[in-house]
Amino acid sequence: MDWRQLWEICSAPDNVPIVGLIPLLAFYIYLAWRQAHANDVLIAQLETDPALAKTHHRKTWPFKPGWQKEVHVWPFLLRIEFLAAIIVTIVLMVWSITLNAPLEEPANPNLTMNPAKAPWYFLGLQEMLVYFDPWIAGVVMPTLIIVGLMAIPYIDTNPLGSGYYTWKQRKFSISTFLFGFIILWVAMIIIGTFIRGPGWQWFWPGQTWDHNRLIYEVNRDLPDIFGITSNVAKAIFGGIVVIGYYLLGGFLVYSLFRRYMGKDFKRMSLLQFSIVQFFLLTMVALPLKMALRLLWHIKYVWITPWFNV
Amino acid sequence: MADENNPNSTNGKNGGKVGLLEKVKAGVKEHIQGLKTDIPAKAKEQIEGLKDPTKTQVYTSIFRHKHDDTPRNRALGVLSNVFLHLHPAKINRDAVRYSYTWGMGGMTFYLFIVLTYTGVLLMFYYHPSKVQAFRDVLYLEHDVPFGKILRNMHRWAAHLMVIGVWLHMFRVFLTGSYKKPREFNWNIGVLLLVFTLLLSFTGYLLPDDQLGFWAVTVGTNMARATPLLGHEGPFGSMLGMTPYNDVRFGLLGGSIVDANALLRSYIWHCIGIPIVASILMIVHFWRVRKDGGISGPAPVMLEAEADKPRRGPKAAGE
Repeated sequence: MDWRQLWEICSAPDNVPIVGLIPLLAFYIYLAWRQAHANDVLIAQLETDPALAKTHHRKTWPFKPGWQKEVHVWPFLLRIEFLAAIIVTIVLMVWSITLNAPLEEPANPNLTMNPAKAPWYFLGLQEMLVYFDPWIAGVVMPTLIIVGLMAIPYIDTNPLGSGYYTWKQRKFSISTFLFGFIILWVAMIIIGTFIRGPGWQWFWPGQTWDHNRLIYEVNRDLPDIFGITSNVAKAIFGGIVVIGYYLLGGFLVYSLFRRYMGKDFKRMSLLQFSIVQFFLLTMVALPLKMALRLLWHIKYVWITPWFNV
Repeated sequence: MADENNPNSTNGKNGGKVGLLEKVKAGVKEHIQGLKTDIPAKAKEQIEGLKDPTKTQVYTSIFRHKHDDTPRNRALGVLSNVFLHLHPAKINRDAVRYSYTWGMGGMTFYLFIVLTYTGVLLMFYYHPSKVQAFRDVLYLEHDVPFGKILRNMHRWAAHLMVIGVWLHMFRVFLTGSYKKPREFNWNIGVLLLVFTLLLSFTGYLLPDDQLGFWAVTVGTNMARATPLLGHEGPFGSMLGMTPYNDVRFGLLGGSIVDANALLRSYIWHCIGIPIVASILMIVHFWRVRKDGGISGPAPVMLEAEADKPRRGPKAAGE
């Protein structure tokens, strides 16, 4: 266990935000979960008691008849905003006094940094470079993330859970978002920050960064395993696998939706549903491809003269 | 002579002169008396008036209403102030609960203001040229009064802003606040997320050190592989893309990260993206109000009510 190495990584000034992000995320997930749970308990109670549902104010916070439903922004909101501004300023001041912004040697194109890392918030995408070619990891994926995020309001047809925390009314959408945000985005950033060392090789936390380490990995392509050698056959085979993944996966999503989320399925148009299918399968494809690479050393699935997937 | 027509001329020249002198004397006397009594009285009255500055014309021209603690004045305090009038006068009693809102949107906006402020100050000491840039940062760190804390604050505020945007988006998702009628504002928010990351990314190169140089090299190398538009991307070379005319060349102003890239970064960072982001923020905040204020905490809905409209003529008809 190399504590010094671990400390060097964790205390690198630009890694501090990620070290801070982890407890922050844990705290806010806890805060959201606590309220979601309370709301779910209330919902269950109201579902079984229609008479109460008609009279109840439907929030977990206390409310009595005669209380004002609205409060003045001044002072009740502005004092919170003022306080928040002061706290943020104090945190920022203390942070800026105690920790200096990083400044390395002057830029030198002839001296490559090893590892050369992108800013921490893009490390998830850089980690994807291990498993995908740059045109997918660097261009297609960011585009899909942006487009996918923008599509969310138009493909989530569930009218429940608007304006309050809940888990039971939105199990699918919340678990999908958590998967995307926590696993595919934050966890990849953590891997890129704390685990990837020189040569972008895998070093467990506490393992010394060995700049001379070489790993002889023989990566194969999926068609090789099936003994396919001709280029045309490889292209066709890969195409079948990728398209087959989307078709079979699409059918699986379809049957699961019909079975477990019949109401949501009914509300969706065909276009909405196929967009959900596409994004869901693409998201799931990332850990699948990672597993292929890390466990079975498979580099490409689909090889064509123009692009490789 | 002309004097013949003057009635005073009968008293002779001297008589007329004496009359005028006496008149002037009397006038002066009166004014001196006025100085002694009226002016101090007036001054006293005006100084008394200054004891309550809220009644002066200057004050009432700035603040358009009284500040006694009445509900009306509390509302006017928010509504008649250009900075505060983003808020409504009154909000739902639960909408101020921190556990619901997390306050991340507001904090992100505050950090943007801090970044603008510290950024402008940094601009006074920074030249976006290969010769000067790195030296300017050293100068800031070692010689400029408070230069070090200025740069530190700018950097850490930028990191905090990225985290703030993510947490804000996370909260908005978990409370389903992107649902009808707020779909469009969620989209503006996604764009703001992208521009926040781009702001941070363009700033990364500016110290012109190894860290920024290689981070931006790694980042922009991906642009080489853009399908169709990058010289290493799928179908790129078929469309005549080379390192000297592809999308990466356009981003960097050259085939490597050099002086032009530094200048482009600087201009995007300090002018281009802040303007676009500010416009989007204006739309974002405006839409929050137009879409009915913040989404909640709303009363919970039950399964049976899911497909029934909650308000409006249809709900009333049922």
